[in-house]
Amino acid sequence: MRFLFKTDYEDDIKLFPHSGYIYSYGLLLAVLLIAPYVLSSYLMSQLVFVCIYATVGVGLLILTGFTGQASLGHAAFLAIGAYTAAYLQQFNVPFPVYFLAAGLLTGVVGALVGFPALRLQGIYLVIATISFAFIVEEILARWESVTNGNEGMRVKTMQLGTTVSRDGPTFYYLCLAVLVLTIVGTLNLLRSPTGRAFVAIRDSETAARSMGINVALYKVKSFAISAAITGFAGVLFAHKLSFISPEMFTLQLSIEFIIVILIGGTFSLHGAVLGAIFLVMIDPFLTYLKDDMPGVIGGMAATLGAGTERAGHIQDAVAAFASANGLKGAIYGIIIVLFVLFEPLGLYGRWLKIKLFFQLFPLYKRATFKRQKIYVKSERNR
Amino acid sequence: MSYFRAENLSLHFGGLKAVDAVSFAVEKGEILSIIGPNGAGKSSIFNLISRIYPPTSGKIFFEDQDITQEPAYDIAKLGIARTFQNIELFENATVLSNLLVGRHRHSTTRLWQELLFLPSVRAGEKAHRRRVEQVIEFLDLEPYRDKLISGLPYGVRKVIELARALCSEPKLILLDEPSSGLNVEETDDMSFWIRDMKSELGITVLMVEHDMTLVNRVSDRVIALNYGRVLAMGSPSEVQHHPDVVAAYLGA
Repeated sequence: MRFLFKTDYEDDIKLFPHSGYIYSYGLLLAVLLIAPYVLSSYLMSQLVFVCIYATVGVGLLILTGFTGQASLGHAAFLAIGAYTAAYLQQFNVPFPVYFLAAGLLTGVVGALVGFPALRLQGIYLVIATISFAFIVEEILARWESVTNGNEGMRVKTMQLGTTVSRDGPTFYYLCLAVLVLTIVGTLNLLRSPTGRAFVAIRDSETAARSMGINVALYKVKSFAISAAITGFAGVLFAHKLSFISPEMFTLQLSIEFIIVILIGGTFSLHGAVLGAIFLVMIDPFLTYLKDDMPGVIGGMAATLGAGTERAGHIQDAVAAFASANGLKGAIYGIIIVLFVLFEPLGLYGRWLKIKLFFQLFPLYKRATFKRQKIYVKSERNR
Repeated sequence: MSYFRAENLSLHFGGLKAVDAVSFAVEKGEILSIIGPNGAGKSSIFNLISRIYPPTSGKIFFEDQDITQEPAYDIAKLGIARTFQNIELFENATVLSNLLVGRHRHSTTRLWQELLFLPSVRAGEKAHRRRVEQVIEFLDLEPYRDKLISGLPYGVRKVIELARALCSEPKLILLDEPSSGLNVEETDDMSFWIRDMKSELGITVLMVEHDMTLVNRVSDRVIALNYGRVLAMGSPSEVQHHPDVVAAYLGA
């Protein structure tokens, strides 16, 4: 076990508490940089989605994890980013300009959503953000002169000096860079007064106010930053899919973003990345369920002594189940419930537990992560 | 003119007069205690001063400035800090970040500077940390710096709340029952700190307290309230022996 001996205030400010972090993150970065030359194109494509989802996850974490304001409307912010890019592309605006414009516009919209949200708490805020997402979806479908309505919009291949193919390594590096910069920026924010103000608002608005924090202003800031990050991700999302239409940005996508942070862990930025990996891996799992699972189960039934006809029936039943409509939604629901019940700290929380187990071996106590009793707080002062 | 002044302050909830035309003044550098039975309106006065409730009528002046209409977050910026009866700490943050939030009113950095963590932000963080360390030393909180609030015992939380208020370098501090839930020894420490706050840090103290030993030890003056009205005002012993106060506590 390592004991950190702090000799300077700098020790509590720096991003990497000790050299071990520099080595492990350096190694991770090296692996990610050589990935395009090693991994198959399918896995690379998945990795790009991980980067995009993780970026949105970081944005959502700022709002939900650190400021304590739930949102089920982030698909709408992604849509605004994506559509801004697709719209500006028509006028031959270069990528850096429409990338920044998309983030800026989404940030402004996020701030506007933040204002009515000032008076809402908990479940009411969730409902308000869902309504916002529906409004945006509807606008995208109806405002045909700009969005081309339900026909959707084609997104041209990115021009950045040269042509950047959505399947090439350059696009992957771009997504990775956006993710890394987002994470670093967010970490900087969290170790500054603004980040602490966010956390203060999450834990006690009354106390935050009496410490001189303008709660309304910081909530709006949090909404704006979270939305802007999601808008940036939206531009990359649009390029990756090369075609966008309103039905891509539904409530289910917002729920996927919630899954990302809930499963990863809402208390640390690691959670956004782990959650994104988890979510992106659900899709290949579903494909496996659909394509291979019925055969495997049928084969197993045959080996266990079921007749050919019986095994055929079982195989059909499994196939029908695996390709049923809404199976994805059901699986999402089950995953959320299981995590909330059994692993409320998410994958990153599990990782910390495993790490501590080995650090303290054989003295690890399960109770270390048990929440202590919370003393009465005055609800009436909210 | 007095340092801090409440004039005919009232707070009515429908027909209930929680605070009823209360007037008092606090002189610079004094420790003024407000006592009274439960429901006398003591904490309501604090909530009026820190603008959690808007007063039904009356005015509040601080350093000859009318602060009755200031937004709640500006009260701290003027130099009035407070603690809460039921402890309002940021539970899922470390002691250090709780205390650093106390420095919020002194932070000058802008959002874009913080995103890039420019040298100015770094220097600001170190300056804040230095001030926080002074408060940590003042209140003997060294063992708890990196601990999460949710894992700390009640007595320590009480001190941390005081520390957070001190970190904002207030001119006037409002203490809402600083000794409630503390044992005899911790109450002793608290009374020393309150006196040191006055003598070493030059902070004016306004406190609500039930523990008469603590009140007698530290207060320069005492106000007794009942049913939202001022019963008596004066030195601790004067107020304690005032017939109306005796009647309010013992029944007449």
